[in-house]
Amino acid sequence: MNALIKRSAFRPVWLILALLVLLAGCEKIDNPFIKKGGFKDTRSIMIEFAGAPDASWVSDPANFKVFEKNNPDVLLPVKQVDVGPDKKTVFLKFGEDLDLKLAHTVSMASIPSEGKDMGASFLDVKKSYFGYLFSILIGAMLINNYVFTKYLGLCVFIGTSRKKSTAVGMGVTFTIVIVISAMISWFLYQFVLKPYRLDFLQVVTFIGLVSLTVQAVDTILRKVNPALFKAFGVYLVLVIANCVIIAVPLTLASAEYNAFESFMLALGAGGGFLLALFLMASSRERLELANVPPTYRGLPIAFVATGLFALAFMGFSGMAIF
Amino acid sequence: MAATKKTNSQLVLDGIFLENPIFRLALSMCPAVGLTTSIKNGLLLGTAVLFVQVFSSCTIAAIKNFIHPRIRIPTYTLTIATWVTVIDLVLAAYVPDAYKQVGLFVKLIVAFAIITMRLEMFACKNTVSASFWDGIGMGVGFMFGMVTIGFVRELLGSGMLLGYDVLGFKPLLFFVLPAAGFFCVGIMMAMFNYVEVVYNRRKESNS
Repeated sequence: MNALIKRSAFRPVWLILALLVLLAGCEKIDNPFIKKGGFKDTRSIMIEFAGAPDASWVSDPANFKVFEKNNPDVLLPVKQVDVGPDKKTVFLKFGEDLDLKLAHTVSMASIPSEGKDMGASFLDVKKSYFGYLFSILIGAMLINNYVFTKYLGLCVFIGTSRKKSTAVGMGVTFTIVIVISAMISWFLYQFVLKPYRLDFLQVVTFIGLVSLTVQAVDTILRKVNPALFKAFGVYLVLVIANCVIIAVPLTLASAEYNAFESFMLALGAGGGFLLALFLMASSRERLELANVPPTYRGLPIAFVATGLFALAFMGFSGMAIF
Repeated sequence: MAATKKTNSQLVLDGIFLENPIFRLALSMCPAVGLTTSIKNGLLLGTAVLFVQVFSSCTIAAIKNFIHPRIRIPTYTLTIATWVTVIDLVLAAYVPDAYKQVGLFVKLIVAFAIITMRLEMFACKNTVSASFWDGIGMGVGFMFGMVTIGFVRELLGSGMLLGYDVLGFKPLLFFVLPAAGFFCVGIMMAMFNYVEVVYNRRKESNS
């Protein structure tokens, strides 16, 4: 059973790795002299060349024409061009903030390098879709962690974080149930509730769906994999008392996510809950041995510890990866 | 069926003090942490919970003889969901500004353990009127907890009460921060424990 828990707990790591591989392979550039381009921050674009272009050409902002891809008539003025220490990396600085959600095109005519003309290029700079999906996942897991920054699911969180094994069991069960139920409720909302204008039945539908999913997982797991059921069955009932499980479908409905984005959000919410439970269980196991004042023993000290975790998680706010 | 022998006033008082949902039973902690930066939020959500608790308790107590025991939990859930939808639509229509702040939590009342627990422990064994008073007690107890935490956080964090500036300065800005909700709840629980310890000690020394 230990091996089983370990394997399940590390599955998110594999998923992230697979996503990174996909991320790396999805760029397409028309000129072999340009290695890659991307947003550095909201006011600059980074371009990496294969060799060093001539310094006199590079340092003139007029050589770079930048526009939003679907709006080619409006040129965005480049304020300044900085060259990196290796002479191959160039940073275009802008006076105004760019809209990072849109694709931008950098047009360069005849790039000179060491006496040769390397040709022209239209370089598309955009955030990749996988990067966007990945940022939803990380956002739900760390930046907007449902336990530490949105304060949901606390009853179950406090109740099952006493021991690491319970915490992992609950976290994994919860992740499975939330992914299944979020996908079904996304489907129902997009194709039944919204077209027939039954939005007001959201709460009733979603909570009904969650109980049905829990019951279905219970029945199927009992037949298909009794060993797994023995390990995780007890937590299934608790899943329904967790606010996160109903908050995620409601978020999906109000944010109008598509299927992939919904999947990522649900996975992130589940993974974030697992992470929070594991962190909390680790510290509560140590708290058992500590000399806590008698009035603080049990729940009060658990809440103070959660507060410290919440403060630490505030450090993630404002983080942007892609 | 073990019907309760308590009087109605006892039922209400128990919900507020001895079985306070937030400080004693430690259920429905999410809004107690996430929504108590001001008294107003606490009052609004407290009203919503009071409404849902009273009406679901009465509904279940009225139809308890027709519910098959095996499907009682789904029945409870759907009853609660119905009343939550009602209060959700009412609040969205009549207090749209305040609703924007507490909106998600009003919908989440459906997953609050306290309401299901009261239906399972009390309403399905007692008469409609007893369940009504029990629901009032639980709802007011919840509101009392929310308002107490909201009072401390609003006064210490922004120096205001119910939106009026009473102190003129901000003593501890930290208490407005979301994370402070956890500290606040933890410290208040410890205070409740301390009162209980002192009370018991006194009783022992008297006897």
